[in-house]
Amino acid sequence: MCGIAGYCANNAGDGVDKSILLDMASILGHRGPDGRSVFVDGPVGLSHARLSIIDIQGGNQPMCNENGSIWITFNGEIFNFVELREQLLRQGHCFSTHSDTEVILHLYEEEGLDCLRRLNGQWAFALWDRNRQLLFLARDRLGICPLYYTQTDGKLLFASEIKALFCHPAVSRRIDLQGLDQIFTYWCNLDGHTAFEGVREVPPGCLITFQSGNLNLRRYWSLSFSEKVSCDNGQSAEELLHLLTDSVKIRLRSDVPVGLYLSGGLDSTVAGALMRKCTDASLRTFSISFADSTYDEALYQDEASRFFGTTHSCLKCVATDIGRVFPDVIWHAEKPLLRTAPAPLFLLSRLVRDCGYKVVVTGEGSDEVLGGYDIFKEAKIRRFCAQRPESTRRPKLLTKLYPYMPDLRSQSEAYLQKFFCTDPADLHDPFFSHLPRWKTTAGIKLFLSGEIANSIGMASSASLRNLPDDYSTWNWLAKAQYLETITLLPGYILSSQGDRVAMAHGVESRPPFLDHRVVEFAAKLPPELKIRVLNEKYLLKQCTRDIIPPSIRERPKQPYRAPESASFFAEPLDYVDELLRPDRLREDGIFDPQRVGMLVAKARKGLGLSTRENMAVVAIISTQLLIDRFIRQFPAGAA
Amino acid sequence: MVQPDVNALRTFIANNFLFCDDFPLSDAASFMEAGILDSVGVLQIILFLEERYRIKVADEEIVPENLDSILGLAQFVGRKLTAPEMLTGGSHATK
Repeated sequence: MCGIAGYCANNAGDGVDKSILLDMASILGHRGPDGRSVFVDGPVGLSHARLSIIDIQGGNQPMCNENGSIWITFNGEIFNFVELREQLLRQGHCFSTHSDTEVILHLYEEEGLDCLRRLNGQWAFALWDRNRQLLFLARDRLGICPLYYTQTDGKLLFASEIKALFCHPAVSRRIDLQGLDQIFTYWCNLDGHTAFEGVREVPPGCLITFQSGNLNLRRYWSLSFSEKVSCDNGQSAEELLHLLTDSVKIRLRSDVPVGLYLSGGLDSTVAGALMRKCTDASLRTFSISFADSTYDEALYQDEASRFFGTTHSCLKCVATDIGRVFPDVIWHAEKPLLRTAPAPLFLLSRLVRDCGYKVVVTGEGSDEVLGGYDIFKEAKIRRFCAQRPESTRRPKLLTKLYPYMPDLRSQSEAYLQKFFCTDPADLHDPFFSHLPRWKTTAGIKLFLSGEIANSIGMASSASLRNLPDDYSTWNWLAKAQYLETITLLPGYILSSQGDRVAMAHGVESRPPFLDHRVVEFAAKLPPELKIRVLNEKYLLKQCTRDIIPPSIRERPKQPYRAPESASFFAEPLDYVDELLRPDRLREDGIFDPQRVGMLVAKARKGLGLSTRENMAVVAIISTQLLIDRFIRQFPAGAA
Repeated sequence: MVQPDVNALRTFIANNFLFCDDFPLSDAASFMEAGILDSVGVLQIILFLEERYRIKVADEEIVPENLDSILGLAQFVGRKLTAPEMLTGGSHATK
């Protein structure tokens, strides 16, 4: 991975300021500590901060084709570049490097914008076609690599991170209230919005062309659950294992060693087992453990490490560590957060870097693709209850949900039924699975100032209404998986908790479960091969039963979580006191000082906070940090 | 039936779940439908009732009918205060 940035003026007469391009590369230096370079050609300027992973000597960027008519600045990895290169060589293309970057250039020469369909990997790039005077931006199918853009004075500016856009003096920095509203409902932005006015995100699976001042955004890939597998269950298990093995195999392509994030859960353990299968090299693993046993999975991590014989490093995290690094986390996340969970991963990537590693395989994406999340099981039980509302036995199943939340488990059936909204009318709602989450999250808007609350109202789900044509015919799990994959996966898991905190220390994460072949195959599987009764990721457990420790296969699922509000109040933190002062809150204008004061008082007393209240504490502090670092002090927050 | 101080109930809910001084909802409004309460909140209400009114809330009494609105709370506490066997000491109730 690297950092990319640049801009394209409407015409060559406007010129490109090289010093701005260098500033853009410089502010992305954490993403690419191994080299910085810029390229200018008429109206376009490309900038690159390099994290060298493949073809260390020859892979410098921006890079051009044989005759210098096509240039690219590229962030990511094309894992099937070996096969593509061989094919392009046979077609007569001449390569001057052994990098994956150059493969894109020649593939574009051959296939134009359709080249994206041939790529297997994770990427964000900008390609300049001098002959056509066309700038082509593209992002990978699922949103593993970030890419933002904005338009001002006829220019199109783009970058891996928003902070690089703000290096151009013509780009204004203002909080986008609609963007905040989306985050305070869905946990993420929708439809290309961000937390900043005028700054857009290239949605996953989309490309942009910019030519003669005209911007055209279009989708080249979308997730569909329309097709069904035609093989039996045994063959499905074989095919899944085959695809996952090949996915891991090509994700080990690297000229630097590849490590593994070992969480102690099923997914990273499966990834480790497949790494073992694909290479004889010694395996290096990294994990986080928590002093608070509520969140800790160290026993399982140690067990997996022993099972695979890895060299293992574990970062021990306490709540106060999270509070201390949180300002840096927000500088990298560039959006309000509702959970502190990205902070320990920020600390973990620092450990990985300090151990001399630049690349790690992770288990991300498995829960979305193969049916692992509790929200899916919750939807299944809610459907079951709503189909027979008079039943007094069905709600008892709700007590099986969330074994790691004792407060919830101790509730009466009547309360559980009410919490999870099993109204039969909800069954017909296209967003049935996600309604309780969105309702709980929207509760944090109680803390908005009156003026802001009145101006934004309820977050519009208009962009979510733009569902696939045959969405209504999909099964209940497919709908839930689709919603999760287009919202939380790119908007939080792969960004705030993924790329941004890993690349904060120049660490590239590679999630084999998000190989598009795995994703597309899994989308064809019937729900019972994903959640069998209430046993999640059933097929994955079946096809990997001989290669992972039984205790990890059988353990109850525990989502990755971290201490929340305690992180900010267990010890005095100057920035928290400063940002939550009533006059500061009043001046920044987003939150109601009185309500925030009462919430903070409750948190400081160490009283148990509800899910909504914990989310509100994190949301308020992170939003205030965002304003401080990006609006008030920019670029003073630069790390 | 002995009636608890409804204003005290309103103030407790307003301060602890709405984070304001005045209770802006109707006494019949459902806390959960208003989105101000979850499982931790239910436990906090029970602790408050047990401490302030010196009553014991049994498991089977932890149902929305008793605890999910000001009216429900007032009636529930009123019934508990009226039933002498449930009392464990003095009360802060007002008539």
